[in-house]
Amino acid sequence: MASTLPLVGTRPRRRQSGMHKRRPADWALLVAAILIGALIVIPFLIILVNSFKSPTDYTTSGPLTLPTSLYFDGIVNFWQRVDFPQKLWNSFFISGTVAILAVVLSVINAFALGIGRVKGRVWILVLFLLADMLPQEVLLYPLYNVFKEIGLYNNSWGVIIIFIVIRAAFGTYLLASVFGTFPKEILEAASLDGASRWRVLTSVIVPITRPTLSVLLIFFFIWTWNEFLIPLSFLVSNENQTVPVAITVLQGDRLMDVTTTSASALLGLIPTLVFFLIFQRTLTRGITAGAVK
Amino acid sequence: MSTTTRAKRSVVSENRLPGTGSKGYYLYLVPGLVLFTLIILLPLIWNVYLTFTEYRGIKPPEFIGLDNWIELFGDDKFWASFRNSIAMIIAMVVLPTGIGLVLAALLFDVIGRKFGGRLASFLRATYYLPQILPVAIAAIVIGWILRPENGALNTVLEAVGLGNLAHNWLGSPDTALPSIMLVMVWVQIGYPVVIFMAALQRVDPELYEAAELDGANWFQRFRSITVSIIRPEIFVVTLTCTIAALKVFGPIYALTGGGPGTSTIVPSYYSYIQFFQSQQVGYGATIATALTVVVIIVTVVFIKFQNRAEREDMGN
Repeated sequence: MASTLPLVGTRPRRRQSGMHKRRPADWALLVAAILIGALIVIPFLIILVNSFKSPTDYTTSGPLTLPTSLYFDGIVNFWQRVDFPQKLWNSFFISGTVAILAVVLSVINAFALGIGRVKGRVWILVLFLLADMLPQEVLLYPLYNVFKEIGLYNNSWGVIIIFIVIRAAFGTYLLASVFGTFPKEILEAASLDGASRWRVLTSVIVPITRPTLSVLLIFFFIWTWNEFLIPLSFLVSNENQTVPVAITVLQGDRLMDVTTTSASALLGLIPTLVFFLIFQRTLTRGITAGAVK
Repeated sequence: MSTTTRAKRSVVSENRLPGTGSKGYYLYLVPGLVLFTLIILLPLIWNVYLTFTEYRGIKPPEFIGLDNWIELFGDDKFWASFRNSIAMIIAMVVLPTGIGLVLAALLFDVIGRKFGGRLASFLRATYYLPQILPVAIAAIVIGWILRPENGALNTVLEAVGLGNLAHNWLGSPDTALPSIMLVMVWVQIGYPVVIFMAALQRVDPELYEAAELDGANWFQRFRSITVSIIRPEIFVVTLTCTIAALKVFGPIYALTGGGPGTSTIVPSYYSYIQFFQSQQVGYGATIATALTVVVIIVTVVFIKFQNRAEREDMGN
């Protein structure tokens, strides 16, 4: 399914040639490309500008002007209302735990499939991929019932376990093919030295494939951060909610004036914007096929 | 399964770590398979069982045979939800892939070559920006701009003298679905651009220059170099985005709740409200299962189609 995957190492740089000969048509195309970029960014700017306006300022001067004076009440009110630090921590804890444990599980699965080449591995991979493809609604009610029985309902760990399995499904698929092309000479040398399988995995394969594993870790973190349906259904009490859920369930609240609503959107997009700035290169380099959620 | 595949399998099924048998490797699959069975497989089977029951969440499920499925096929709301899925496919697959192809070619062939790779990467990152947002938050951003009272779009329309176009965008049956589609196009556009540009790295830029010297115009270069080389990626993007379009939930939850009426209902949201609002668990499970079947059919058809296209390519 996925043929474009995060790759290890960097791609050879292309030569910069033909920078000369910019014809009027090229300039026109450049302007078009920049205009499209502006169109995509404008919603972000509108939210940014209006989050710092008072509602009266907004009513008198409209959405497109800069605030007459910086107004922080909207942001502060919403921040306190949702207890934003708590929501940040919930999202961070769930996404971080899922990312780490899902990478570990993917490595172990992929070791059996890509290095061990166990029989029936193609079918096992297809089965695993099912987890990533299924509409999550089919899991909702059965898991809701079971989790209620065993105390995982309205508990971060319930959501964590579900996403470990879903993320590891994709990770196994990816790593099985990466491990499948692992240099044979290194494996042979390791086994001549008498290293056990577990040692080969932990001291040879994992260190060598670390760049791929860290790309996977970043993706798992962000994908889990952005999940919506399962956290919405399983983390019902306020203090357990994640950032996207906490912000979304408050939309349409009568107490939220126009600029507070804008501030709520701003708080929702800031964390992912920060991830984007930190991991920009990784994110835009080889984005995987599973990136759409 | 012909003899060639069997022969191939006997060669590749040996493990890659010499000196050890193949058997012990199954141990490594135990945690993964146990978790998969508990979290995915059993719930999935249970969900399919629920489709044959009347279950309101309190008394134990009562077996009613195919009643839910019969109801489903006669349910206008269910068909409306799948019609809206087609709108989602247009917004998340057709438009972004088409526009993304042109943009990727533009960035690679013109901007990158004539104005430098840095500018091209910067623009690519700009297009990609909405992709990183949680999709419900992306919906809230656009939803805020489309607010009916003193919303940004309406205010701008009034300011430029087009006040009569001002509209309750998300609240009217005629514009609610297009508004949701706008959110999805905005979110999706960067994904194909990034994938296609990565794929274009395979192309030797001199190919474009040679074509240009031979007098090929931009569109000819686009058609015969760009599109033909990145066809595998077009397949991947179309497939993954189609699956994502069938599963859309967040924006509907955040903005319209499926309304007004059924104008923005989608299968995923319809099944969610059956589970948790109407307490019609059996029926919700039926909708979810039907959606799963559609997703699987789409995937199988896509992969078959891709395999055939590849084989035809090899034949040529």
